[in-house]
Amino acid sequence: MTRIFETPIYPYQRSADQDAPAPVRHKVVVVGAGPVGLVTAIDLAHQGVPVVVVDENDKVSFGSRAICFAKRPLEILDRLGCGQQMVDKGVTWNLGKVFFHDREIYSFNLLAGQGHRRPAFINLQQYHFEKFLVDHIRYMQTQGAPIEIRGRNKVSAVGLHDDHVTLEIDTPEGSYNIDADWLVACDGANSPIRKMLGLGFSGQVFEDNFLIADVVMEAEFPTERWFWFDPPFNKGQSALLHKQPDNVWRIDMQLGWDIDREEELKPENIRRRLHAMLGRDAKFELEWTSIYTFQCARMERFRKGHVLFAGDSAHQVSPFGARGANSGIQDADNLAWKLRAVINGDAPEALLDSYCDEREQAADENILNSTRSTEFITPKSEISHIFRDAVLDLAEHHEFARPLVNSGRLSVPTIHDGSPLNGPDAPGLPQETRPGAPAVDAPLRKGWLLDRLGDGFRLLAIGINVPDELAGIEVVQVAADESDALAERWLGGAGGALYLIRPDQHVAARWLEYDRDAITAAHERALGRQ
Amino acid sequence: MPQLTLTANIPDPDDFYEALLAAHQGLSKAESDALNARLILLLANHIGDPDILREALEQASRKPAS
Repeated sequence: MTRIFETPIYPYQRSADQDAPAPVRHKVVVVGAGPVGLVTAIDLAHQGVPVVVVDENDKVSFGSRAICFAKRPLEILDRLGCGQQMVDKGVTWNLGKVFFHDREIYSFNLLAGQGHRRPAFINLQQYHFEKFLVDHIRYMQTQGAPIEIRGRNKVSAVGLHDDHVTLEIDTPEGSYNIDADWLVACDGANSPIRKMLGLGFSGQVFEDNFLIADVVMEAEFPTERWFWFDPPFNKGQSALLHKQPDNVWRIDMQLGWDIDREEELKPENIRRRLHAMLGRDAKFELEWTSIYTFQCARMERFRKGHVLFAGDSAHQVSPFGARGANSGIQDADNLAWKLRAVINGDAPEALLDSYCDEREQAADENILNSTRSTEFITPKSEISHIFRDAVLDLAEHHEFARPLVNSGRLSVPTIHDGSPLNGPDAPGLPQETRPGAPAVDAPLRKGWLLDRLGDGFRLLAIGINVPDELAGIEVVQVAADESDALAERWLGGAGGALYLIRPDQHVAARWLEYDRDAITAAHERALGRQ
Repeated sequence: MPQLTLTANIPDPDDFYEALLAAHQGLSKAESDALNARLILLLANHIGDPDILREALEQASRKPAS
């Protein structure tokens, strides 16, 4: 059987650019057709900005890699029209179990925030995720969207200019040159673009090795996330078991620092480890195995002139918490509308600096969470180990200790407090929808709140009548009594409220009463025009 | 704002001190370390207030006078 990641899905095709007498100029070139590059390109094209994606490969990523996709990225995909297929294919899970030594010490349920269209998480192999995105691009192309993917197009040189970027691209038929008004580098943690531009990437390397094995098996394990601290089958280390679609299971085992990598990667040794974990009689097939080490690092600034970095090229975290792909997709969400506004002349270039401010803040938050998880999972000193085990011992008997257990703080969106784009807040409204926060979903009598927002500036008027038309802002009128969740998340005790929502569905400002001038001023500010 | 209590607050200090040592009686170094860690976590949770916990950490981190 040919696996999905062995089939070229955007095979090399000669482009007219290769026969042009002079380099053709494009609005936006995205480098890298991974989850972040594809979402960036889809978002841009969705908003009418012509975009070309180039990738040195022609297939979806080999092996599963990212597997947990969180609620906020799924909501972003809903905005782009391709969330449903992900959720339909993905495995939805809510229950996590934590084991210490040979016993289960407690379980947790992520279902707390009911009244959202999307679950807290789905598990989906990265190759499926990418395939759905490419399928969506193919669909968009049939609808005339200005988007193109060029497989086996490898950027071999990049030149920075004041108002554009020059690229040399290698293909199976030789190299050619193109120019781009804007370049978005989504080319991964080892970003060749970043290296070609000589930009730094600094942080902390963790001295530990992890074995990932994606195995195909018919097993009775429930659809839950199981995490082991110091289990009998992997003494002194940790392990994770998680279900993906098509009977694929993700197993992640900590191996320690001093290992013989080649020896550990031998299938017979991997099988021995897996049998110790899954039972001697377990029947499984290895789909993909890899040993990885990781670092928590980021670029100092995610923009260099007309080059913008998004996803792992800009920041890298440990896998605990699923904060890699999920944060990269939120980079794309943050960047696309700003790039469109700058390209269309609706906003000054400085708006793109707010992309850096906001997403660097998010990267710092993710790195902090991920570093803390790593310290808990792999204690670095004797005393750290003693406290870790004490927390786990207490957690078995006492609820109070469970919030201290850190097997990965699962990805949640960053609230951009202090962003230069934020306008005024109004007293008494709920904290979770304050300026800088992503819009929180809520059920309406018909459908969901987020589906009413779309991807332009919106004035969400809840229980307050807006008498005017507003330039560049569409008014979304919603009754205050649509649902209890709506009132709880958006009104608190207030009878009504007005929210200015950005195209990436983050709250820009909010008021208790209609004030046309204040709204216009907040809109100017959110576009970086003042 | 509540502050870390640094005046005597344990009604019968000798009783408490004896109970503390009795809890460690017969334990190995590793077992004692684990007990201490659990005790710190239980008490820290009981206190809860981040300012008081920070102050306690600061006081405990002061080098003893030489």
